[in-house]
Amino acid sequence: MEPSDLDAIAERERASAKPRRIRVCSAAGCLSAGARSVRIGLEDAIAQGGLADRVEVSDVGCMRLCCEGPLIQDDPGGTMYKRVRPEQAPAIVAAFDAPAAEVDQADPKSAFFARQFSIVLQNSGVVEPERIESAVALGGYRALHHAIREMTPAQVVQEVTASGLRGRGGAGYPTGLKWATVAKMPAGRKFVVCNADEGDPGAFMDRSVLESDPHRVLEGMAIAAYAVGADQGYLYVRGEYPLAIQRLEKAIKDAKRLGLLGTGIFDSPLNLRLDVRIGAGAFVCGEETALIASIEGGRGTPRPRPPYPAESGLWGEPTLINNVETFANIPAIIGKGAAWFASIGTERSKGTKVFALAGKIRNAGLVEVPMGLSLREIVEEIGGGSPEGRPIKAVQTGGPSGGCIPAEHLDTPVDYESLARLGSIMGSGGMIVMDDTTDMVDVAKYFMKFCMDESCGKCIPCRAGTVQLHGLLERIGGGRGDRTDLAKLESLCDMVKATSLCGLGQSAPNPVLSTLRFFRSEYESRLEDRSSEAAPATNSPRG
Amino acid sequence: MNAPPRAPLPPDGRSGRTSNAAEPHPSGDPRFKLLDAALKRHRRRQDALIEVLQSAQELFGKLDADVLIYVARGLELPPSRVYGTATFYHMFTFTAKGEHTCTVCTGTACYVKGAEQILAALEDATGIAAGRTRPDGRISLETARCLGSCGIAPVVVFDGGVEGKVSAAAAVEHVKGWLADGTE
Repeated sequence: MEPSDLDAIAERERASAKPRRIRVCSAAGCLSAGARSVRIGLEDAIAQGGLADRVEVSDVGCMRLCCEGPLIQDDPGGTMYKRVRPEQAPAIVAAFDAPAAEVDQADPKSAFFARQFSIVLQNSGVVEPERIESAVALGGYRALHHAIREMTPAQVVQEVTASGLRGRGGAGYPTGLKWATVAKMPAGRKFVVCNADEGDPGAFMDRSVLESDPHRVLEGMAIAAYAVGADQGYLYVRGEYPLAIQRLEKAIKDAKRLGLLGTGIFDSPLNLRLDVRIGAGAFVCGEETALIASIEGGRGTPRPRPPYPAESGLWGEPTLINNVETFANIPAIIGKGAAWFASIGTERSKGTKVFALAGKIRNAGLVEVPMGLSLREIVEEIGGGSPEGRPIKAVQTGGPSGGCIPAEHLDTPVDYESLARLGSIMGSGGMIVMDDTTDMVDVAKYFMKFCMDESCGKCIPCRAGTVQLHGLLERIGGGRGDRTDLAKLESLCDMVKATSLCGLGQSAPNPVLSTLRFFRSEYESRLEDRSSEAAPATNSPRG
Repeated sequence: MNAPPRAPLPPDGRSGRTSNAAEPHPSGDPRFKLLDAALKRHRRRQDALIEVLQSAQELFGKLDADVLIYVARGLELPPSRVYGTATFYHMFTFTAKGEHTCTVCTGTACYVKGAEQILAALEDATGIAAGRTRPDGRISLETARCLGSCGIAPVVVFDGGVEGKVSAAAAVEHVKGWLADGTE
């Protein structure tokens, strides 16, 4: 395989393309909204109109405006139709010169689309995720070739370091530093692992990337393997994402067939075997040492660090673990250069971030924006505000490890440090908007219940602490708490945060602490309710 | 801090044992043959335990003690390790599912859009708590952490079919349809 072979594939792809192509979103959201029958309707309409030589239908990935699915887009022309029903297919196929007026349209020039900036999602909604030829025609695997042929592994690590890319899984550790640590370990068996155990409830970025453009992730992993000297890798994907698993497995098979994975990639000494490992439903497996235990086939419980996986990971060997979105940024960094990437974003947070915007928001869906944009721009301009016009009360980021940012702080720029200052975290990218009907004590209880159920039980602060915290929240939320309960809640939060073994327990109190910080009155009003009832204090009936 | 004990297997991807360690299952149940095929497909590698358990659950619908012991023998693992792993993960079940399964997503986006009310209505309509199966075996009611379809929240899955923007009334109507017509 040579670049000329890639060019040949791309050329064949262009030559076989028909003058008009109707793209149908085949990512999970649109599929559940009925995209499959829309696709069949379009094909029937094309066949009946005798247009098979001029019009084709292609399955593409996420077009982002998930709440308005099924989405389809006409190319050329660019008309995007939303909430398409199969019976509208003939009208869409017949609409050659002007858009079909009777079908609802999404405006690609509206703020939701125009304010976004794409690196990771550049080809999402355009590339056909199940056809490697389509990925190659859009430039796929060129960066891998460039890295292998034109750069030394050390130069690749240097480039990633210079780009300023930080881990997109949530913690924001500098990616280049992690790569350098693994690369510096003595030569021998090393692994690359893609963490696709997207466990945060309310987050679906990684799922969309895997379903829409799996080859971008594979290419990023292959570049990483070259840079750190690994020859085997795993993608650890949640079992709840069957479509992502299926597309990844096909992508790996296709890449092997073309010699872009496997033995002697691009006729170089680089070998890389990639396997998909399916998570069996345990939130803690997103923690890297628990993930390693799960790949090894055991209970997914974390262990103390150090040693970090970069030194001692899978089967005790040096292991590079990055998130899906982190890997998906790599081809662009190598292809366009670190300086280009570093020019996007803020001083300490470079590049873009993909968010899954959901909850009480008009335009729920996938959003990729440069770091440093304010929450207000994301929620009000791109997201279109709350659907019923109710005032927005808070934005939740970081899932069960994050916090609720109140409306008065919506002008905060989205970067790692600014969110941390507000007691939340960037997280993997879930962004849930809450309006004034949301009860913040109940939100804290919801997340604590999640952490209580998902605690693996290995360390006591998390195993017992989350149960006690949940009990206190039930008691306060139910109007049975008093001031001492509130004090207990706060001191127990500090204890669980400081003494838990892994990130799950260490961050489990965050939603409580952040709602206490910004919505303390909601807690206190419950206490007052109790005193007005003048009921005698009883022992907590824990739930 | 010492590194934890490692799973005792060479990670070179080629050294899976080929000998058929497990005896044929005495029941003669043909599904054990298919389970054998799954074991073989994973070259009896001990690190494929979770994948093998997933295949077993697909075949049998649940993980009974004799299936777990069969897997333990097939992978030459202590039964305690197999049981410990199987009980750790939410996706493994040890009781039979009902004819129909209704799964309510309880992710954050669904939560703020009223998943709890939907779940309460379904518990009421089916007469069972979340996580249970009706005594007559007609319906299992389950919850999911997050199905990643947050753009169309709230989401309910009826027998594998994901439906978005579901109201409590519509969900109840759907399961009542199951109860009225057990054969569908």
